[in-house]
Amino acid sequence: MSSLHHYLLLSSLLFSIGLAGALIRRNAILVLIGIELMLNAANLNFIAFWRYGPTPAALTGIMFTVFSISIAAAEAAVGLAIILAAYRHCKTTDLDQMNSLKG
Amino acid sequence: MTLSFMILAVITVAGMVAAVGLRNAVHCVLALTLGFVGIAALYLQLGAQFVGFTQIMVYVGAVAILAVFAIMMTHSPESATSPVFSSRWLMGSVVAAAVFAVLAWAIHASAASVQALPSQPEVTVQQIGDALMHHYVLPLEIMGLLLTAALIGAVVIAMGHKEEMK
Repeated sequence: MSSLHHYLLLSSLLFSIGLAGALIRRNAILVLIGIELMLNAANLNFIAFWRYGPTPAALTGIMFTVFSISIAAAEAAVGLAIILAAYRHCKTTDLDQMNSLKG
Repeated sequence: MTLSFMILAVITVAGMVAAVGLRNAVHCVLALTLGFVGIAALYLQLGAQFVGFTQIMVYVGAVAILAVFAIMMTHSPESATSPVFSSRWLMGSVVAAAVFAVLAWAIHASAASVQALPSQPEVTVQQIGDALMHHYVLPLEIMGLLLTAALIGAVVIAMGHKEEMK
């Protein structure tokens, strides 16, 4: 086991924690946070492969991670705005209670 | 496996598990910032300083604060007594554990072996800026357009209708 494997194992563990959070939480905001965790795990993979890859001078891993962080920020803003709009409509952020298409 | 990696991994995983499992949503976000800082420290350990500080600025500085604002704006009194996890939490946990098992097995069985640690690459912010302005200028422009559209859209969605606000 090289130390690249340790980073990959850590990132898959973080991905699974984020997936569990997205699947089992009731609060919509915390589901969004679980999705952020999964994105972070993917970013950690990019940086680890960049560091241990054959050509770290090419900067591809860093560039992909920077763009991925920007997209994650935009996704968080839009997701939270949608949750706010849904809260205004349904008066709740509980996903088990948001079960009608036409409220 | 170095000691610093162990410490950072434990801090990150503890923060993330607390972010998923705690009862109070604000506590969840505070634990989440701990996990984000741990990931930023892992980036620094891997030699990606720019990404590490970007992680701290964007996630700890912006996304976590945005989440706290959203939680406080949607706070409802009955949420203190209702159950934290969804009704089918057991199935979700099993799926997540199965995903981790498959990923860990794939990583363990993979032939990707690193003979020796490549020398620490010297990546300065100047190099990253050069690459962004020359090789990656089109993705950078598209990213700016996407961010503008997304943030305007977020404001429009969150603002609601005029008659509802009165």
